[in-house]
Amino acid sequence: MELFLQQIFNGIMLGSTYAIVAVGLTLVFGILHIPNFAHGHLYMFGAYIAFFLMTIAGLGFWTSLLASVAVMGAVGVILERLAYRPLRERPHIDSFISAIGALMILETSVIVIWGPQGRRIPNPYPGIIEVLGVTMSYQRLIVIVAAVSMILLLNLFIKRTTLGATIEAVAQNREGAMLVGIDVNKVSAITFAISAGTAAAAACLVAPIFIISPTMGALLGMKAFVIVILGGLGSIPGAIVGGYILGLLEAMGGGYLSAAYKDVYAFGALIVILSLKPTGLFGKEVA
Amino acid sequence: MNIRLKGRWWYLAIFLVAIALPHIVTSRYVGQIIIMGYLFSIATLSLNLILGYAGQASLAHAGFFGIGAYGVGLLTKGGVSFWIALPLSASLAAAIGFLVGLPTLRTRGSYFAISTLCLGVIISIVAGNWVQLTGGYTGVVGIPTPTPIRVPWTVEIRFDSLLAQYYLVLAFLILTMFAMHRIVHSLTGISFMAVRNNEMLAEAAGIDTFRVKLTAFVIADFFAGLAGGLYASIMGSISPSTASMELTFNWLVYLLIGGAATLGGPIIGAFVIPIIMESLQFLAQYRMLIFGVLLIVVIIYFPRGAMGAILQLGEKWRREWRKRQEEGPRVAASQRP
Repeated sequence: MELFLQQIFNGIMLGSTYAIVAVGLTLVFGILHIPNFAHGHLYMFGAYIAFFLMTIAGLGFWTSLLASVAVMGAVGVILERLAYRPLRERPHIDSFISAIGALMILETSVIVIWGPQGRRIPNPYPGIIEVLGVTMSYQRLIVIVAAVSMILLLNLFIKRTTLGATIEAVAQNREGAMLVGIDVNKVSAITFAISAGTAAAAACLVAPIFIISPTMGALLGMKAFVIVILGGLGSIPGAIVGGYILGLLEAMGGGYLSAAYKDVYAFGALIVILSLKPTGLFGKEVA
Repeated sequence: MNIRLKGRWWYLAIFLVAIALPHIVTSRYVGQIIIMGYLFSIATLSLNLILGYAGQASLAHAGFFGIGAYGVGLLTKGGVSFWIALPLSASLAAAIGFLVGLPTLRTRGSYFAISTLCLGVIISIVAGNWVQLTGGYTGVVGIPTPTPIRVPWTVEIRFDSLLAQYYLVLAFLILTMFAMHRIVHSLTGISFMAVRNNEMLAEAAGIDTFRVKLTAFVIADFFAGLAGGLYASIMGSISPSTASMELTFNWLVYLLIGGAATLGGPIIGAFVIPIIMESLQFLAQYRMLIFGVLLIVVIIYFPRGAMGAILQLGEKWRREWRKRQEEGPRVAASQRP
């Protein structure tokens, strides 16, 4: 029972980060229809920027987090401008190839600057508490709380602000949005900034718990795609629920089944589900 | 001399150079690079069939290469002749491609790319963790070189020298090129391109697009498996990195920079890029960085790669030349006082 509760807790923690990353990807892939395959690499890069600021520049955890979000927001805007905007009228597959170019650049930059080995970010809140026999470190609790509040804020932003409504308008009908005077380029840039910024925030939050490495982005990016596709393209609640389900599945699989094959289940599930419903579980439109 | 014949002369010239090459270049190191270039040319040519001609980004390509490599590696180590193991392993890759293609080819565009990417990761995870069969992360070592061919009443052709291996791989490359040329110029090849250009329209024109995509996928996987099998036998050892994503990404770069949907492009890419990278050893660290930038620039500005650019330039020059020939007398006439 304790193992079970412990794995549930770990799963929720993992799921919180997956949910943020998946929501960021939903904005770009589901709403702008850009298959930003470098999303996981933006996450990885964000973690390294925080690592640099904390260990070399000696800033505090939260300052580094905010700075990393700002930097990655800018990187997102640059990425959209240089790698995706010129390909907007072309087949999706071209953007996908461009994304592979972008992820190579991000991953190699990190390897060149910080080396291929894993790095550790000092844990700002090393304490732990025990509830019902479940060990909870402060950092893990912070991840959950921060992730949930970020998701709520993001939802409020999309549903309650004009800027958020503009993003939704572009998602629903690009031509229509242009007709009523919305600057689609600006909306794309802002969406990319939010998407990359949230990925960086998620990365910074979990960075003190796990070791960061240049290769961690690839796997996470793929998982985010799995979540977004399964959760229904463009659906933010779908991405959140999907993120938590995958987090729990992985924690349970890692705790009770073989840990070596845990990624196989998730990716295998994607192939099976896509074969039954080529547009995803809740998808409505063919890409 | 008509243009057709001119093209053939080119082929003949390149063929003669390829035959003579090992006698000109005697360095073992360079020889090995050239052999790798041929092997990766076969892999890139097969990626070209599914990505360049049929327009489906299969990112599990190194996975199928790996299936071929493990197939030949394990079978020949178990005492099976290379000449039986190779077609068996390539067919195994094709069969797995068929089984996987049935569900994944129902998806389109980036969905297909993502599901094949997942498949590629699954194949390399299985290769690394199915220790009893694949030897885990240490891989398979001590794979024998291709079995000698005994020609009756004459000598035995052995493949343990670099020279013999060179000609073996060259023969398979020429075979692959011939097969690709025939496929692309057949009705099947034309239907590949129809599906790539507009799937809906192709469907409306009566093409069974699913069957066409599946055909392209299975053929591409067969040749990827073939390249993998050759690789295993010539390298002598394989590991899960033989099926890694990085390999697929490398071929993607070769293909797009060389020129997708052309027959010469993949070979140019698979040759020129590794040779450039090999000669710029000090840039090894930045290799993938440069590839990344190149990939974005090429996909935006030169969607048909180097081969496409060459063809375009050739077209332009030919037009200029024709224009000048037509205008020549007129200009001369108008300049007459």
